[in-house]
Amino acid sequence: MAYYEEEDLPRFSEIAKHRPDLFEKFMAWYQACQEEGALSRREKALIGLAVAHALQCPYCIDAFSQSCLEAGSNMDQMTEAIHMASALRGGAALIHGLQAHNSVKKVSM
Amino acid sequence: MPTVLPILQTDVRVSPRTNVDFDEKLATHGVELRAAAVDILQVNVGKLCNQACKHCHVDASPKRTEIMTRETAEAVIDAVRRFRIPTLDITGGAPELNPSFLYLVTAARNLGAHVIVRHNLTVMFEPDQESLPEFFRDHEVEVVSSLPYFLEEQTDSQRGPGVFSKSIAALRRLNAVGYGIDESGLILNLVYNPVGAFLPPAQEAIERDFKRELITRYGIFFNQLFTITNMPINRFLDYLRRSGNEERYIRKLVEAFNPSTVDGLMCRNLVSVDWTGRLYDCDFNQMLELGVAPELPETIADFDPARFARRRIMTGPHCFGCTAGAGSSCGGAVAGSN
Repeated sequence: MAYYEEEDLPRFSEIAKHRPDLFEKFMAWYQACQEEGALSRREKALIGLAVAHALQCPYCIDAFSQSCLEAGSNMDQMTEAIHMASALRGGAALIHGLQAHNSVKKVSM
Repeated sequence: MPTVLPILQTDVRVSPRTNVDFDEKLATHGVELRAAAVDILQVNVGKLCNQACKHCHVDASPKRTEIMTRETAEAVIDAVRRFRIPTLDITGGAPELNPSFLYLVTAARNLGAHVIVRHNLTVMFEPDQESLPEFFRDHEVEVVSSLPYFLEEQTDSQRGPGVFSKSIAALRRLNAVGYGIDESGLILNLVYNPVGAFLPPAQEAIERDFKRELITRYGIFFNQLFTITNMPINRFLDYLRRSGNEERYIRKLVEAFNPSTVDGLMCRNLVSVDWTGRLYDCDFNQMLELGVAPELPETIADFDPARFARRRIMTGPHCFGCTAGAGSSCGGAVAGSN
């Protein structure tokens, strides 16, 4: 058994086998978040794709890649969203360099 | 998210990978699928085409030889005349390659019928086809043309190398004679269909993108964009199978079933005629050789709209392609997104 199986994505609802009340609440919230609102479905799908990459969740990357296509996005737009996520991850790592600088400074003469 | 298990069917041209029966699905939602009228006679004049697109449900190509004869074309026009059919919708293949094409358009227009031609754009660069834009204009034909995306990569990937640049050149020619220009009254509609195993986006949103991008990149104008779902039959089904996407795509169609699409399905106001004159509920049924209900006349020579107006529609698993999401018809989406 591999840790990630493509066939598991459509089995997501099996989580509701235990504490279905919690899963129902999650699904209602999850679906409501994706409805067209102040942001378009396309914008939300691109946000989802970027976050999926930041989380490095293969299920989410698969699902939101499809969502982006079905919202009319093309690969240039999707790749820009992925670069945004990656740049933030990189920036978030890099700014922690100041923690290292501070730590070193504290113990240095 | 229902679990979808495959069942076997004998017809390999339509995907069998769903355990959900379309008629049962309609019944579950209390929906009945019957025709409402016969407003459109959609005539497929043959499978000959100058292109061989990867998603083509007709399996059309330059190698196909099935083509409507003049005698059958005359039977079509006779039906338009006798029953005052409001609209003649001509498709193929590339219908312009049929020797009876000019006759069909001219005769139908002389009878006062509205004529739609499903024009693939590139055919106007084939020998003896260069005056098509002027012919369309002179006969006030509504032109409906496929352009799966406003970028070359996606379009050529689906329709063949070089198709995008030829399509842009053809659209410029159509614009030049007035097509797609607001005050001209000459209608040029485009068709988007997904370049792959996914559903189309919301029609209004992608139409806005097409208008913005085609104007800014190429200076091209058009009237409306129709989104059409790829049907899991024939060449597109072959692609789904080769790419390992069949089960997932069918599950997507079934799960996206939207009962509010049923009222607007094209089979409710259209009768489809094949190149031999046989009758069907739609062009997809035609390709699957799924004829009209057995109690009805089989050919255009025996056609009687009074018997077809409230007919029951013959269905199959492929019908989920027309009811998924916002729905899909020859005129694009038929409902708001589910």
